[in-house]
Amino acid sequence: MSESLKTYLSLENLTLAYGGQVAVKSLNLQVAKGELLALLGPSGCGKTTTMRAIAGLLTPQSGRIVLDGEDITTKSPNQREVGLVFQSYALFPHLSVFENVAFGLRLRRVGGGELSRRVGEAVEMVGLKGFERRLPRELSGGQQQRVALARSVVVRPRLLLLDEPLSNLDARLRLEMRSELQRLQSELGVTMLYVTHDQVEALALAHRVVVMRAGTIAQQGPPADIYERPTSAFVAQFVGFENLFRVTPQGLQGDGTGQGTLPFPANAGNLPACHALAWRPRQVVLAANADPGANCPYEGRVLGASYLGEAVEYLIESAAGVIKAQAPTHAPRFAIQSSLRFGLPLADAVQLQSD
Amino acid sequence: MNPMRITGGVVLAAIFLFLLGPFLLIAVAGLSAGETLAFPPQGISLRWFYAVFAMDNFRASFVLSMQLAVGSTLLALLLGIPAAYGLSRYQVPGREIIRTIVFTPVIVPGIIVGLALLRHAVIPLDMSVTLALVLAHTVLVVPYAVRVVTASLENLRPDVEEAAVMLGATRLRTFFRIVLPNILHGILAAFILGFVTSFNQVPVSLFLTGPGITTLPIDMLASMEFVYDPSIAALSALMALMSMLIVLVAERLLGLSRYV
Repeated sequence: MSESLKTYLSLENLTLAYGGQVAVKSLNLQVAKGELLALLGPSGCGKTTTMRAIAGLLTPQSGRIVLDGEDITTKSPNQREVGLVFQSYALFPHLSVFENVAFGLRLRRVGGGELSRRVGEAVEMVGLKGFERRLPRELSGGQQQRVALARSVVVRPRLLLLDEPLSNLDARLRLEMRSELQRLQSELGVTMLYVTHDQVEALALAHRVVVMRAGTIAQQGPPADIYERPTSAFVAQFVGFENLFRVTPQGLQGDGTGQGTLPFPANAGNLPACHALAWRPRQVVLAANADPGANCPYEGRVLGASYLGEAVEYLIESAAGVIKAQAPTHAPRFAIQSSLRFGLPLADAVQLQSD
Repeated sequence: MNPMRITGGVVLAAIFLFLLGPFLLIAVAGLSAGETLAFPPQGISLRWFYAVFAMDNFRASFVLSMQLAVGSTLLALLLGIPAAYGLSRYQVPGREIIRTIVFTPVIVPGIIVGLALLRHAVIPLDMSVTLALVLAHTVLVVPYAVRVVTASLENLRPDVEEAAVMLGATRLRTFFRIVLPNILHGILAAFILGFVTSFNQVPVSLFLTGPGITTLPIDMLASMEFVYDPSIAALSALMALMSMLIVLVAERLLGLSRYV
């Protein structure tokens, strides 16, 4: 391993309980120095609990947290030098922007010229120069989140944790802040752990994505790996492989309970040796009844159609349950209730080894 | 106007009359120019309003009531603020039971509280009148302190405190630098409510005041037995006016009603 890839933060067999229930089970995770890691998962998967344990706001049931070679498992949160940016921003309501940012520095007995210089730099870095005397309630959500960021990085934390920091912002601001975060991260070189339930955000932002499910890691890897090669049905559906079929000797069985099967195409050779296959809606091939072609062996009926701008999305009833397909806007449209034929190209399918 | 609105208006007027009537009656009786308490008053003058300020016994009991109200309210806040903080921020076992116990002095009739304190605390422990009064009033004010401070703590998200901790502050420093400034309005509101509660307190004080040491309301009650001039009415009106003014100003400045 090269110097820069050495483990900086390490979670070892971490087990966490929250509200009397085990939220994270024996988790192992390594983060390199300067890495931007996203913890991705639906609510209740244990990602926030994990983050709070790293912050020290939650004591693990068992396991160790090691930061830069130091065991910080039982260290009190105010001595960890770990920054935390909250979903709700959590600015001090009675203090101005300047004093919010200065809070951590004052605790470290930084004063006088250095204090105003460092606060000034941090405020400028997040683009809020001139807002120093405002109170948090006089700022927009995006501006408040910038203050929260400046407040966390100004004390030069060893590690910066971000808990769904963009989820309270509107779509346009979210995009803007996302690139801002990336810029900040590369400028400061600070190691970041980013918690989110938004796969687009995680994939766009992180160097590495860790998908969590029910307190364990479902899959981890670079964003492209997660997006293109999920290994489990859970991750596949999370990143948009919405048409999932179990591989059985009879063919492709629908994912829901009591679903029928689609026979495996005769020309496809042997059944792939995997647990399930999945396709994105845009990978499903559609054809009119009159002119099916060899790659559209299955019958379906259109249940619904929605116009998405770049594509039209169809809900199609098939022998193996409802599937989702997308066709380019310029392609011939299918009327609701009309029957059509569709195909699931094997070459495009992602092979999944487990649920 | 539809009949519903007329009925509503009449009911509202009746309620106001019921609530404010006694006060108006007393105030008007206090404005009398005559020598005896009567309604309607014999002529109108402010002479009895001036007269009460010249009465030494009332002045002494007024000073005691003021000291008692300020002192016991401060004490109650000293107990109530940490209690409210602990109950709202920590998973205290039996939290609801503790909350109920804290609020009982408001629910239990004052007569019972006063008698119980006298029989089972003041007499057996041979307490001085002043100490007994301070303790009793503190007990009576604590529920208001806890309740009002709790309400203002609910408005401060716990993650604001966590943010301070993550920046390096200890829990204690976080409390003084972050929590306290943000619940200051609530504390002021609690102080005003506590002050008014203590200042107007009758049933508990009745059991605990002694010869020479008495609060203003009790002094007035005692005087009524042998003084028949309108001075008591004037004083009552003044006291009611003072309480109303305090609450009115507090409502304007702090939005007192948000906390109760």
